Amino acid sequence: MSLFEFLMQPGIFDMVLNIGAIVLKIAVVIAVAMFHVAYATYFERKVIGHMQVRMGPMEVGPHGLLQPVADMLKLFFKEDIIPANADKPVFYLAPVISLTAALSSLAVIPFFDGFVIADINVGLLFILAVSSVGTYGIILAGWSSDSKYSFLGGLRSSAQVISYEVAMGLSLVGVIMMAGSLNLTEIVRAQEAYPTGMYAVPQILGFFVFVVAAFAETNRAPFDLPEAENELVAGYFVEYSGMRFALFYAAEYIGMMIMGSLAVTCFLGGWTVPHFVTQALPLLDRVPGIVWFLVKLYFTIFFYYWIRATLPRFRYDQLMGLGWKLLIPLALLNILITGIIKVTVH
Amino acid sequence: MVEWFFGYLAGATILLSILVVLGRNPVHSVLWMLLMFLHVAGLYLLLNAEFLAATQVIVYAGAILVLFLFVVMLLNLKEEMRVRQFTGGWLFRGLIALGIIYVLRKGLEGFRVEFKGPWSIEAVERATHTKALGQVLFTDYILPFEVASLVLLVAIIGAVFLAKKRLRS
Repeated sequence: MSLFEFLMQPGIFDMVLNIGAIVLKIAVVIAVAMFHVAYATYFERKVIGHMQVRMGPMEVGPHGLLQPVADMLKLFFKEDIIPANADKPVFYLAPVISLTAALSSLAVIPFFDGFVIADINVGLLFILAVSSVGTYGIILAGWSSDSKYSFLGGLRSSAQVISYEVAMGLSLVGVIMMAGSLNLTEIVRAQEAYPTGMYAVPQILGFFVFVVAAFAETNRAPFDLPEAENELVAGYFVEYSGMRFALFYAAEYIGMMIMGSLAVTCFLGGWTVPHFVTQALPLLDRVPGIVWFLVKLYFTIFFYYWIRATLPRFRYDQLMGLGWKLLIPLALLNILITGIIKVTVH
Repeated sequence: MVEWFFGYLAGATILLSILVVLGRNPVHSVLWMLLMFLHVAGLYLLLNAEFLAATQVIVYAGAILVLFLFVVMLLNLKEEMRVRQFTGGWLFRGLIALGIIYVLRKGLEGFRVEFKGPWSIEAVERATHTKALGQVLFTDYILPFEVASLVLLVAIIGAVFLAKKRLRS
């Protein structure tokens, strides 16, 4: 039997077709995500520039629109420097772990109705699991660089991420209880059927805890202590340069988008619009779901920048106190309230 | 197909466990252990236990192993690398290991691949694994479940008590 005949058998053919479709989907999602990373940096510099009454990037292209392309070219051609005493295999591995973990979370996010790479039953847990593996990239980068700055950055970051992971997981329990599922597509469907159209309204406490924890998980201001430039130069990736640095940078921005997408799918109704809005303005029903998803996602991204331009950085003990003494009890309270309401309503 | 997956996962788990013990650098050992945990999660997936697989990664890889790594990173690695990894007494320990293998082998003889009770594979698949596990855990096995959580709570309170005691003196 030739290879062609082997491939043309009915079962095999379907399997090959299936795998081909999945690979194509993955390629599209990764390409779009990477494009978004490039322009998220541009958007960030513009937003923060205007908030500080500056123009932001203006030189490359009209209004600096080609700035991300220039940045990327620069990073490609920069020298790759590795510290002499670095633990080389781990040093090479760390940025790859970070980026792979961030990218694989994209697999379970439903971007619009019916478009999700892997529609698995435990989608929400999958994201939590993968993001906890992503922590290793940060810790290992800090450790393997053989530099005090990166080591301290790595320690701070891992302590922070572990502490806030608890609060984040607990804040999502309320949503899981209301939707009765861990599948992200079904969570969105359950919100569509709910009177308010999104869980942010009944789950306001959970939403608050989730947003604060998301800032800490992604090491963004005001919780960017692991990268506090005036104490630690740049934190865990001080010793990385060129493409390896770019991998960390991309991982950080994709992490932001994952947290944003999680907020959109779990609290803001995903690709749907609340029914009372479409009843008032029937025209909005024609807008495709992906547009709604992206509009909501861009708002969450803007929110990151807005907070960064507004709030000063927390002190480390304040950060830990906030996580353990305020957010976790609040998330537990939220679970209790949701449970009581669910039991009394039924 | 499934046998191949199982063979790979089981073989890799054993190989990675050996690498954990043999490595001289404790940080590398922790990394091998991370890989091993991921393979164990793969074994759970083969058993259609997706909830257990995700929990395995979140709890073991995400929390416990990171704390391991924390402790190991704070060790003086240059001294650790010089410490002898293995102590003598191979014969005695080998005998104990063989004894354990014998007991496990005997225990496996009573194992039957058949199901009793309401939770057949189809029933679990219909209810989804998470729901099935939750229902069994919070009805039939509520007492063992609560006892286990009580034990963990005692451990937490004990740790807090010990840490505070040292702070006072």
